[in-house]
Amino acid sequence: MILAIGGFAVGILLGLFCPVSIPVAYAKLFSVALLASLDSSFGGIRAGIEDKFDNAIFISGFFTNALLAAFLVYVGDRLGIDLYYVALLAFGLRIFQNLAIIRWNLLKKH
Amino acid sequence: MFSIKQGRASIALVCMVLGFMLAVQFRSTQDMKASLPYQRVEELSARLLQTEKQRNALQEEVETLKNSDEHSLKAVQAVQELRMRSGVTILEGPGVIVSIDDSKIASKAGENQNLYIIHDDDLLRVINELRAAGTEALSINGQRILATSEIRCAGPTLSVNNVRSAPPYEIRAIGDPQTLENALRMRGGVAETLKVWGIQLDIKASDNLQIPAYKGPVQFKYARTVDQEATP
Repeated sequence: MILAIGGFAVGILLGLFCPVSIPVAYAKLFSVALLASLDSSFGGIRAGIEDKFDNAIFISGFFTNALLAAFLVYVGDRLGIDLYYVALLAFGLRIFQNLAIIRWNLLKKH
Repeated sequence: MFSIKQGRASIALVCMVLGFMLAVQFRSTQDMKASLPYQRVEELSARLLQTEKQRNALQEEVETLKNSDEHSLKAVQAVQELRMRSGVTILEGPGVIVSIDDSKIASKAGENQNLYIIHDDDLLRVINELRAAGTEALSINGQRILATSEIRCAGPTLSVNNVRSAPPYEIRAIGDPQTLENALRMRGGVAETLKVWGIQLDIKASDNLQIPAYKGPVQFKYARTVDQEATP
């Protein structure tokens, strides 16, 4: 847990001080990828709590979710389908679901 | 608290990536929000810079023009001289006023009446004589004589610069009055020839007479300027 929080902090610092900026055209894709990553992280935490954590699944899920979400939004943009909102809704729902399960587990355990 | 047994390193890595993405997204969103006014500022400053550059260039031009007083003076003088030559300005100076009127002598029966009235060639001869004597500017009945002016009979009247006028004709010429008068009055000259037919020719020297400017349009429809002389 400490390692995770430490990594998070290091990442934020890196992001704040790294001279990397997302072009306006790709900001949408990036935000969806971010949401997917967030969802994967919560899923990982939930799996850890339920003692079902698998390293390979977690890592691959994290990256493929993010990339696929961004890709889907990109394709949707090209086809004129607003997949952006679909991704937002799906990931948002899952994040809240995971959060609820995490909360439930934590409360039940103690 | 719960603890995750396996993959601590991977979770840390993922968390790091997540944090990185969050921070980057946060920053770029801030940038985007600030970008519109920022762009406006950018545009305005660019325009300001351009205007300042323009102003500086103009100031420099003013300076150089001020410094090159000699050149501009020369240019003004050249323009003035060209205007004088082209006849679009009023000129004044010493010269002669030549008044010519038709003959008062009644033509004898059977004689050609045309001999007793003024013709274009009479005037042309007068003008030619005046020019030969060094006239600088000429006018007939208020019409400035240019290099392109015609002097031509139009029935009983005379057409100069396409403006008709009837006798008496008044020719004004700027030049040395003495020389001009002598040129007309010389033995066997124009005045003497015209006097034979009774045509009244009166020459009056003047210290200061005015010659009007040419008021018509000047158009060059066919002629062009050439920098180099063409070799035949």
